Formats: sequence, structure tokens, C-alpha cells
Amino acid sequence: MSAARRPGLRNALLLIAALAAIWQGLHWWAGDVALASPLATLRYTAKLVTGESFGMHVFDTLRAFGIAFALSVVIGLLVGFWLGFDRLSGDALEPMIVAVYAIPKLTLYPILLLAFGLGVSAKVAFGVLHGVIPIILFTLAAVRNTRPILIKTGHVLKLSRLQMARWILFPAAVPEIFTGLRVGFALTLIGCLLAEMFASQRGLGYLLMTGIGLHNVELITSVTLLIVVFAASVSVVLLQIDRRLHRRV
Amino acid sequence: MSRSAWYRLLVVAGAIALLEVLCTAGVIDRITMQPPHLIARDLVRMLVSGRMNGAIVKTLSNTLLALVLALVVGIVVGASLHRFRALRDTLDPLFATYYAVPVFAFYPFFIVVFGLGDLPQVLIAFMLGVVAVIVNTLNGLDRVPAVLMKTARIMRLSPADTALRVTLPSAGPYIVTGIKLAVAYAFIGVIGSEFIMSRGGIGYEISYAYTSFDNATMYPLIVLILLASVAINAALSGWERRLLARRGLR
Repeated sequence: MSAARRPGLRNALLLIAALAAIWQGLHWWAGDVALASPLATLRYTAKLVTGESFGMHVFDTLRAFGIAFALSVVIGLLVGFWLGFDRLSGDALEPMIVAVYAIPKLTLYPILLLAFGLGVSAKVAFGVLHGVIPIILFTLAAVRNTRPILIKTGHVLKLSRLQMARWILFPAAVPEIFTGLRVGFALTLIGCLLAEMFASQRGLGYLLMTGIGLHNVELITSVTLLIVVFAASVSVVLLQIDRRLHRRV
Repeated sequence: MSRSAWYRLLVVAGAIALLEVLCTAGVIDRITMQPPHLIARDLVRMLVSGRMNGAIVKTLSNTLLALVLALVVGIVVGASLHRFRALRDTLDPLFATYYAVPVFAFYPFFIVVFGLGDLPQVLIAFMLGVVAVIVNTLNGLDRVPAVLMKTARIMRLSPADTALRVTLPSAGPYIVTGIKLAVAYAFIGVIGSEFIMSRGGIGYEISYAYTSFDNATMYPLIVLILLASVAINAALSGWERRLLARRGLR
């Protein structure tokens, strides 16, 4: 295990060092007006994080994100299991869901704003709109690709549909479903942040837009850094779990 | 038409009919949404009058530019990384977490550096698309059967011939998957960033119509984008399926 992990760690460190170097290079090239240097950003971030209003923004983003992700998971699993079970519905609706994935969903945001009004519910709806699709698609594929022998065993044991889902399909599909959750996590976060960039008074996305409005380069760079670090580190952890689940099967 | 296609048609028609009924019955008020038949009428009028042509051309040309850049850079980088194992291993964590990072968060920075022209939008669209192309190119090259490469070596094919006659046909379906994603991402990147902040294009027109409560412009534009991206996606998916079927992969 540790032998497999050490080159991974070394690669990650190398990559972070390279990205920091590129950042510093860009800073020298573009100058202070466009991009704060890594050091200045870290200093500003430390000040920002300890500032009083920052907690409120983070709390707001995390709350919208938390609700949106929970909803995405519940809806995604239910719809995914349904479409995986029901061949006809699955065949009919899967291409439509794939098509929704390819749509520039930002253009739908005005409709959501009109439907849900300003505030946390529009943010949540937009997060769900992004996050639910990969969860549905991965769950659907996982349920459909369950090994036939397992399903036959279930039939022999005369399991009901619910028992079949609980004892056979779900355990067999867990690794794939987890991949869906991992992708869904990232997309839900993106959806919530994008929603905050418009018509919002709070949250990290709002802070970004304020940064543009005030031309506060350090603020823009700091918030971007925080978002990237958060998204990347959570996703690395999820990826590790994901790989372990897939190896077990 | 297959049963699933009928099913699909029924779902879409049902949804539109439901919206129509809800809108005309007044459950959804006019300020929120217009009935579908009015949206369709406005869309036709808008296209005939040609007042959105400038915006459409701007969006399409930026998307195309970003797409071409993403494909060229993506395939070249993918093919080079396939050769350099060490570099690829180093970049692997970046690719694995890339789509977890909201690329749009970099848009403000690009605006500050490059100004509010077309370049920031093209760059965002390029950044969204290029990694999908790289990853799928690598995936495709990984799956070229070793026996085919051996055959090419036995036949003493030149590197160019090997690439053209062996590698490309076998990796093709996976590269097409990358192209399909890059097209979707190029659209999302350009229209999304136009929507956030820009001086023209369809995304800008939608956001402008939204802020001025101009539903007669906003809904037809949204429908136009939906139709365009669904049609393009369907065409590319069909191409991908045919290629995979020819390789006996699906």
C-alpha cells in the first residue's frame, strides 16, 4: 500500500510546486494589477479568513451546497434505480438526461430565479440541476450492469423489488454509484457557486463578483484559491475512496 | 421508430402540453413564463427579423475557435503525454481533479488580464474542453491493441503510416468521445462566460433580457440554445455510436 502511495504523493507535491511556479510566473508577467503573487495571496487569505463577514459567506455557500448535494443524492439515486430497473424508461430517458448535461445550464438560471425567487432556494435548485445528472447516469449504468447471476439468485430466493434493491443491486452497484457521487459533488459545488455569482448577496460566488466590481485583485485571487483548494482536496479524498471501492470488487 | 423513441416523444410533448395548460390557465403567471406557443412564435419572429444574428455569429465563432484550439492542443498534448510516462504520472492527479474545480472562477482573472473582449470567453471554453480531449486521447491510445502495433512493426510501417492506418482507426471512437465533450464544454464555456459578464453574444443577450424583464426575448433565446445543443449533441452521439459499433465495442 505505502509503496503504491509514495509515488502518488511525490507526483502530487511535484504538481503543486509546478502550479505554484506557473502562478508566480504569471504574476511577474501580468503584474500586480491583474494577479496577486502567491505570497501576497496567502497573506490576504489569512486576513480574509479571520475577518468577520467571511464566516457568513462560507456558511451561506456551504449551507446551499449541503442542501443541494443531499437533494441531488436522494433524487439521483431514486431516478437512477428506477431507470436502471425499468428498461423502457431507461432507454427512453437516458439520452435526454445526457443531452441536459451538454446544455449550457447557466442560461436556465433566469428561469430558476423567476420560479424560485432570489435567495437560497434558487441556489439550491441550480446546484441540484448540475449535480443530479451524473448521479442518475452512474446509478443507472451500475444497476443495469449488475451481473445477471446475482439477479438470478435474487429471483430464486423470491426477493421482492425492494429487497432486491437493498440486498443485491445496491451492494453490487456501490463502487459505480460512488463515482457518480464524486462527480455529482463537484458539479453541485460548481452549480451553487455559479448561482451565487448572479443575483446573490452572500456566499463565495458573490465575493468573487464583488472582487470584480471593486477591482480588488487580491480578493479575486484569494477566493479563487480557496475554492480551488477546497474542491481539489475534497475530490482527491473522494477519488482515493473511489479507487479503493473499485479495487475491492 | 423504436418504442423508446415514441416514449421520449411522448414525454417531451407531454411536458410542453403541461406547460401550455399551466400558462394559459394562469397557474404560472405571465411574468414568470410565457406559454410555449408564444415562445415558438417569438423565436420564429426573432430569427426572421435577424436582430440576433450578430450575437449568434459572435457566439458561434468564439465557440468554434475555442473548440479548434481545444482539439488541436488536446490531441497533441495527449499523444505526447502517451510517450512520456513520467510526465503523465505527474499530471494524472491534475486530470483526475480537474473537473472538480470551477473553471468559471478563473473568469474574473482573465477579464482583468485580457479586458472584456472575446479572449477571456474563448480561454474559459478552451480550458473546459481541452482536458476532456487529453484524457480521452490518452484513453484511446491506451486501448490500441498491442497486436496491431506489433503487426505494424512487422510490416515496417513508417511512424506516419502507423499513426494513420493503425493508431487513429483504433483510438478513433475514444477520441470522438473527447470531441463530443469538447463541443459541449466549448458551448458551456462561451455562453456561460457571456452570461456572467461580456459585451455581446447569446449569453449576454439572455442576461440583458432577464435584467430588463424582456421575456419575449429571453425565452426564445433559451429555447434556441436548448435546441442547438441538443441537436449537436445528438448528432455527435450518433457518430460516436456508429464508430464504436464498427469496432464491435458496443
